[in-house]
Amino acid sequence: MNKKSEGGQFVRLSETERPEITIHVNGEAVTALAGDTVLTALMMVGAAVREFEFGAGARAGFCLMGACQDCWVKQEEGGSLRACSTYVREGLRLITDGGEQ
Amino acid sequence: MSAAGNILIIGAGPAGTRAAEVLVGQGLRPILVDEAPASGGQVYRRQPPGFLRSTKLRYGFEASKADALHDCFDGLRERIDYRPDTSVWSIENKTAFTLGPNGVDRIPYDALLLCTGAVDRVLPVPGWTLPGVFTMGGAQIALKAQGCAIGKRVVFMGSGPLLYLVAYQYAHAGAKVAAVLDTARLSDALPVLPGLLIGGLTLAKGLWYQNWLRFHGIAVRRGVRPLVIEGDSRVTGFSYRSAGGQERHIDCDALALGWGVKPECQLAELAGCDMAFDAMARQWLPSSDAEGRASAEGVYLAGDGAGIMGADAAEYRGELAALALLADQGKSSDVARRAHLKHKLSRQMRFRIALERALPYPQGLAAAQPDDTIVCRCEGVTAGDIRLGQSLEPQEINRAKAFTRVGMGRCQGRMCGIASAEILAAHKGVPLAEVGRLRGQAPIKPLNIAIGGAAADDDPDRAASI
Repeated sequence: MNKKSEGGQFVRLSETERPEITIHVNGEAVTALAGDTVLTALMMVGAAVREFEFGAGARAGFCLMGACQDCWVKQEEGGSLRACSTYVREGLRLITDGGEQ
Repeated sequence: MSAAGNILIIGAGPAGTRAAEVLVGQGLRPILVDEAPASGGQVYRRQPPGFLRSTKLRYGFEASKADALHDCFDGLRERIDYRPDTSVWSIENKTAFTLGPNGVDRIPYDALLLCTGAVDRVLPVPGWTLPGVFTMGGAQIALKAQGCAIGKRVVFMGSGPLLYLVAYQYAHAGAKVAAVLDTARLSDALPVLPGLLIGGLTLAKGLWYQNWLRFHGIAVRRGVRPLVIEGDSRVTGFSYRSAGGQERHIDCDALALGWGVKPECQLAELAGCDMAFDAMARQWLPSSDAEGRASAEGVYLAGDGAGIMGADAAEYRGELAALALLADQGKSSDVARRAHLKHKLSRQMRFRIALERALPYPQGLAAAQPDDTIVCRCEGVTAGDIRLGQSLEPQEINRAKAFTRVGMGRCQGRMCGIASAEILAAHKGVPLAEVGRLRGQAPIKPLNIAIGGAAADDDPDRAASI
């Protein structure tokens, strides 16, 4: 997903028996669980929600409560969403690497 | 919608829930707007539907309080005009501007109860923008509301009541806690022991968490000074200076940081409340009297958004502010109960003051940051930028914002406001209060231009239809 990543950032400790939901991240299918936030789904497969606009490196969220606005992620259809306060839904297509594939 | 008699509560945490309970008890039907999909606030945040863990497992000692608050809210739900998933992004002329599942709306009010809560108080550390660094509260939410740890080897760094609690919750849930690093020293706590003892059970729980961590072989260090969060594209380690002055390194892939919490007071400011510098919090807070009345007519403040006192106090303050509102409107309001709540709150305040001294905010840490440390996460403004940008007069934080863009990004200075003021004040050699505060500006959360434009239109029907 994130080219620089080596595995997911988050670790699931419990609540793993939820229905699966497929979303797409940078064109690749990713399996999330119903009730995951978009941030959780992204952090299970990498360590980025977006590239930083004013310098090197990626961002991966910070406050998880809708305050810091660090985790806005682009959608393929245009627009963006706040990953920590949005739950995954079937068909969601996200771009975390700036769109250069 | 008629504006007559509208009572608007913002926030469905402990304060907002208890305020609604009082109003409903008097036959009123307040509007309750909350940004979250379910009530509870951050402290008693509910897990999403389909999650199975018990409240006992998620809240530990606080489970009965969480259950009681959730039950209270569920009993009120049909008797209030509840609007979840809805953000208030501006307040103007006794009208709140909201964005929710059905788009934008405006809510005129006669009385406003602001129960906006708090966010983590964070300070810049070199490397804190790396993926893998989260706030202490964020780390707790990952576990509490998602069943996840923020990493495979997590360092907890900062100070305040959450530090040991969240580290304990992680270890207890099976996560690997690499270390708990407290910037406070034990010697900070000793002089304020009498005040701490007022906390009773709260104090005992804090000590219990610390002992549990030590007993389970987890490194707990006090009096540390953060140096740098290491990593190229994500966190790989953390360096700090120990209490004894040695430089230490620890491998980790995630770091939770925070120094207590700070009020969310942008809406109070937009609602016209006077702000005053609070020496203990080292920041500007909306002023209110002992029952929560703000300076702006018809506006009441309760919970941590009015100044940090914690979740138990937030319940008292929500109830008290609603009782004050009833009294001001000439309705029945229990005078004895108000006196009792004020007595409880004054005790809580004494504990709060002692706690603030025992687990002090690390004064000087922000100001000591090297020039290349990013302070404003949104815009990438560094400590050096803030120092350079202030060669112009006056030496004031909004001036610094204009020249450097510090605090101008998406978070509106929530994450960097305190640190940038500290850096500016230290650089200019003036007291912190003198550099002022970043003014609250609408929209207080990011808003699509098209939506904002429609809402600003004079025709409310058009705005509501977007």
